[in-house]
Amino acid sequence: MSDLETFRAEARAWLEENCPAEMRTPAKGDEDVCWGGRNFVFQSEAQKLWLERCVAKGYTVPDWPKAYGGAGLSPQETKILRQEMAKLGCRSPLNSFGIWMLGPALLKFGTEEQKVHYMGQIARGEIRWCQGYSEPGSGSDLVSMQTFGEDKGDHWVVNGQKIWTSYADKADWIFCLVRTDKTNKYQGISFLLFDMETPGVSTKPIKLISGNSPFCETFFDNVVVPKHQIVGEVNRGWDVAKYLLGHEREMISGMGGDGGVTSIGAAMKATLSQEPVLRAQMALFDVDNLTFRAHGERFMDEWKTGKAHPAYSNLMKYVGTELNKKRNELVMSIGGSQALEWESERANGGSKARNWLRTKANSIEGGTSEVMLNVVSKRILEMPGA
Amino acid sequence: MAMTLTDDQNMLRDTARGFMASEAPVTHFRKFRDMGCKDGFSHGLWKQFAEIGFTGILIPEADGGMGMGQIEAGIVLEEIGRNLSPSPFLTTSVAAVEALKLADKAMRDRWFPGILAGETVIGIAIEEGVKHRPEKIACVAERSGNGFKLTGQKQFVVQGASSDMLIVAARTAGAAGETDGLTLFAVDKDAAGLSIEAARLVDSSVAAHVKLDGVQLDADAVIGEVDGGWAVLSKILDAGRVGAAAEMVGVGSGAMDMTFEYLKTRKQFDRVIGEFQALQHRAAHLYGEMEGARSIVLKAQSLMDEGHAKAELYVAAAKAKAGLACNLSVREGVQMHGGIGMTDEYDIGLYMKRDRSLNEFFGDAYYHADRVATMNGY
Repeated sequence: MSDLETFRAEARAWLEENCPAEMRTPAKGDEDVCWGGRNFVFQSEAQKLWLERCVAKGYTVPDWPKAYGGAGLSPQETKILRQEMAKLGCRSPLNSFGIWMLGPALLKFGTEEQKVHYMGQIARGEIRWCQGYSEPGSGSDLVSMQTFGEDKGDHWVVNGQKIWTSYADKADWIFCLVRTDKTNKYQGISFLLFDMETPGVSTKPIKLISGNSPFCETFFDNVVVPKHQIVGEVNRGWDVAKYLLGHEREMISGMGGDGGVTSIGAAMKATLSQEPVLRAQMALFDVDNLTFRAHGERFMDEWKTGKAHPAYSNLMKYVGTELNKKRNELVMSIGGSQALEWESERANGGSKARNWLRTKANSIEGGTSEVMLNVVSKRILEMPGA
Repeated sequence: MAMTLTDDQNMLRDTARGFMASEAPVTHFRKFRDMGCKDGFSHGLWKQFAEIGFTGILIPEADGGMGMGQIEAGIVLEEIGRNLSPSPFLTTSVAAVEALKLADKAMRDRWFPGILAGETVIGIAIEEGVKHRPEKIACVAERSGNGFKLTGQKQFVVQGASSDMLIVAARTAGAAGETDGLTLFAVDKDAAGLSIEAARLVDSSVAAHVKLDGVQLDADAVIGEVDGGWAVLSKILDAGRVGAAAEMVGVGSGAMDMTFEYLKTRKQFDRVIGEFQALQHRAAHLYGEMEGARSIVLKAQSLMDEGHAKAELYVAAAKAKAGLACNLSVREGVQMHGGIGMTDEYDIGLYMKRDRSLNEFFGDAYYHADRVATMNGY
């Protein structure tokens, strides 16, 4: 057996031994997802146990170095572990913006002390992070942001407002873009980390068309941030932000739906067999879905070996989010009048309608589809013009 | 396996790319088109294919070939597509070879040497209607003497009139619509009762209408098992479909590159038209579609090479996606070229014609999307 085959057998055996049966069933909704953090309430003993065992093994962040809470797995080993988890139906032990976004940025730009401290906390699920990027006047044109940190020697005093801060009301800490030089647009932004319990920080959930409030407005009123809580150099936060946005786009592109190649058509056969045009739309969707999975696999393999274009995640974000919107349009059409029900138990509290509406944000958050197409056109295709 | 090409595969790509660009670029295609070549391809080029080793790429090493897989065949096909290089590679070296791999030694010895030498061309005679419906085959093979007597008609037999042998699917049992009861036969071009009428297609390739009027064959003309021809036919279909998909990745990429180059040079309103966002967004979308097509084709090829149970699903998805993406590429290509895109002098229109033929070959995108739905359980 090759080393990778040995690893696969070991990973499989470990998962079978350690993943509780309850954690091998599909999560029914966001309430089943473990986000960790100071205020997280475990939904079951199995959820807690699964997290603890993964933390001990480094499997909440398998590809991070062991010194920072990971298992130090190679890209190939990480891929194999994920394949084996998918085969057994294992839930993700821990979801977090720390894992997906801040961690990779710290790994590239953080000091050794920051890596050990913050990445360790993330790996153990101790601190739940949120991201402070967009502002009311700065959406697609993010670099125009105004939230300002005044230099007070050993600290900054931050004033301003962020918007679309995911789960800010549930997060423990924020990684935040703050303007530290008003005279320089791109090289006047710093990437700061601070506790959401710092005096002067307040949040207000935003109710969306889905009826849910996954995003907040976040206000900063004379918030004191010590100078050592900066990632990278002063005024060079845009480099960190850009790097991190790449990861965000990868993450959102991975959402192209529920993550699998399994067709949703089979479960809806009774309806589809009576609706030939709808069945045809579903069939074409399945072609695109299988294509996107293969595309994602190829992209990740190229990314890990340094062969992918640095702007390629913009393309994946565009394709994946548009696909997910299409999927939910089909789910609504196939569901018919029952999918319209907003509250009934019969319609699972309107979950189809709410999910459908939620997906409309996919092609807006983290860079709109139009901005993604601009980036692909200019950076990958090298089309002329500003 | 990883979805990236190995060093050996990259070397093969460089070889194929250099070979097609120098020996069989679009000017080569135009030359044979304009002389009204009855075959629609150059026998000299087919010999050159043999000399560089391409014709035997899928023939097992034990039989004198290179013993490679669908990924490697696809690498050659992509370059064929990119250059519109006319050749019997897809029918003979891909589809026919996959069938003959299941034949007995006598038949392999009869046909493989000619393919390896670039002397033999083999046609695939499956279609009986204007749309691809292989399970509906009605052509009859009755037992007669020590063998069989074939009666029926076939169409869209690509290069059929230039072929030395036709692989004919006929029914030895069962009824149209059943996969059991089919048998595949190797029919020599000179067989009595066989008549072949060549028809030039929109892309200047040549396909044939074939009549089988009591064609008498010996038992040793059977490829594989009597009544068990579906197993052989499946090999032809999978390889032909994924091969046509790979060629369409080449056609679509060639058209796309040509179009992007045009966007960067053509000026209107005192600007290079590639500066217009309306065109940039369409260009970026097209790029995404072609990248997706390239990915699903590679996935299907690697699953076929692994002998994976899901290969058939991915081949169907790959033929569908490559067809849709390539079709988008040539349509956008002609539109973005504007008026000159409509002229015979510019190459983009040739790509549009080639796409149309390849989309139809071995089943179009709608046929394969339907199969994806069926295989996915609805």
